[in-house]
Amino acid sequence: MENLISRYRNVTILVAVLFAQVLGLAVQVRRSNQDESTRLIRVWAVDTVTPFEKVIVWSQHGIGSLWRNYFFLRGVRQENRELKQEIERLRIEQVRLNQDAEQARRLQALLGFKEQFISKTVPAQVIGSSGSEQSRSIYIDKGSRDGIRPDMAVITAQGVVGKVLRTFRTTSQVLLVNDQTSGVGAILEKSRLQGVLRGTPLGEVVLEKVMSDETVQPGEKVVTSGGDQIFPKGLAVGTVTKVSPGAELFLNIRVKLAADLSRLEEVLVITQQEEKAPASAEGAPPMRAADILAQRLPSVPDRPPDDPNKPPPPTSGLKIFPAPNSPATPTPAGSPKPAGSIATPHNQPGQGSITPTVTPAKPHVDSAGTTNNSGSVSSAIKPNGNSSVVKPVLPPKPTVPAVKASDGATNTTSDTPSRPASPKAEPAEPPAVKPTPQEQPQ
Amino acid sequence: MPITYTSNEQVEVYRFSPPAAILIPLVAIFLQAFVPLRFHFFSIFDLPFLVVIFFALARRSPVSGLLTGAAIGLVQDALTGHPLGLYGIAKTVVGYGASSLGVKLDVENAGSRFLVTLFFYVVHEIVYFTVARGLVGLTLQWSWPRELGSALANAFLAVILFALLDRFKQRT
Repeated sequence: MENLISRYRNVTILVAVLFAQVLGLAVQVRRSNQDESTRLIRVWAVDTVTPFEKVIVWSQHGIGSLWRNYFFLRGVRQENRELKQEIERLRIEQVRLNQDAEQARRLQALLGFKEQFISKTVPAQVIGSSGSEQSRSIYIDKGSRDGIRPDMAVITAQGVVGKVLRTFRTTSQVLLVNDQTSGVGAILEKSRLQGVLRGTPLGEVVLEKVMSDETVQPGEKVVTSGGDQIFPKGLAVGTVTKVSPGAELFLNIRVKLAADLSRLEEVLVITQQEEKAPASAEGAPPMRAADILAQRLPSVPDRPPDDPNKPPPPTSGLKIFPAPNSPATPTPAGSPKPAGSIATPHNQPGQGSITPTVTPAKPHVDSAGTTNNSGSVSSAIKPNGNSSVVKPVLPPKPTVPAVKASDGATNTTSDTPSRPASPKAEPAEPPAVKPTPQEQPQ
Repeated sequence: MPITYTSNEQVEVYRFSPPAAILIPLVAIFLQAFVPLRFHFFSIFDLPFLVVIFFALARRSPVSGLLTGAAIGLVQDALTGHPLGLYGIAKTVVGYGASSLGVKLDVENAGSRFLVTLFFYVVHEIVYFTVARGLVGLTLQWSWPRELGSALANAFLAVILFALLDRFKQRT
């Protein structure tokens, strides 16, 4: 036996080394948290390589900025003039966008939507890569010391880049979205079809899990869906470049990424996200469903100011259903008042969908026995299928265009890096339904 | 372009100084991690693989070749997002194979270096994919055009790189 081993010494060592590595692989695969078992080796390797990368990147940037900021200033005046013109143009555009955003926020507040805000980001410099075609990942110069944690989203101004895979003290490894093992929840912007974004062996990106009977056009934009719980909803991902029938019942949708992953230099790591209800305007109280409806109704007469000593008028011809958990606060002064009140017999707390319906007090019943609602105003907002009813006593009015849920999910602007266009629908409470004295019919 | 059969007596065995033996693999791994950031096409090359082949052919010792391959492969694994051992196993096999071949063949000329690198690159990728899919369960996809293209590119680079690295060889 001894002779046999010494005779086949080389092969024996080869088998032993391979066996040890296979065993190590099996242990890593078996354990759910493989980072713990191999952490030391990775830390050594990363700590050996990344300092040199940091030094080179920093010197490169130092020399580059010295050259650009102090020596190579040709064309700066011309650029300055052009930038000033651009600022003027953007200011004008900002006024219009602010109005749109304000309207969107009002509608979102009305629907009880909560927005996902990117409240904190950490800028980072890309210092290295995995160096492997099979594993597309990069290293950034911020680590656990800077508040970076695994599974944080990494983006640029153009679009998504990837997610943090591992963190070390001063560096982090980021798995790019075009890696074969990555998956990002994505949605087509126009058709609202959801899928999973995956990388291919050639470094391209495809959108999977979209049924083949759906119609997808090249050129359509792809944004994050928020379903992966890593990327906030609405971040730019890329554009559809090619659609072809794929395996089984799904389409093969090729996507060109918005961010150029081969030329990454600086990225942003989203370290904190918040969910909060959108504020309609700074300092202004949130508008109620009735207020918005009243603004839209063409000829609701203004009421005289209420006399506090006057006894409440009879409520004949009007049903009032107080909201289950809405406080009976008075209507803000100065805001438009509806001529009726809002009844929410079916609303549940936390389910803020609304189907406001404005009908005459006594609908006309024709000879055939059918109710004539030609003069009623119906405004349907049904993000999650529940309803509340607005029933003021009004004369018949022309139909007001329906307010759609999607109206509240567009054109939001913010000073934060990104505000998703159509946030997750999580109404916190039913729309403001307040049977205040001012809402009593006259 | 001969690949000549040589007797063991004719085979020249080289060694390397400790700094060269440590720094050359480290520089190769560093360049592999850094250069593709600036020049994306560079990622088709596998410098650590070329260094494994070079050391294996020069030392002509299977044990030394497989240990060098295992060490370089494991460090390379540590920089990727995959479990440790994928590159380790592949480069162990390549190191062993190349050094075993180096004992039997004259691999000092450019033609034989080109062919040896071409062959072992494909072996390396086959082992890597087999282990990645069979043992780890990664969803990697094999692409012949890409692998053959990379093999040719690495073989061309090997001819140039080995000529440069020959300067670090020391006769035993």
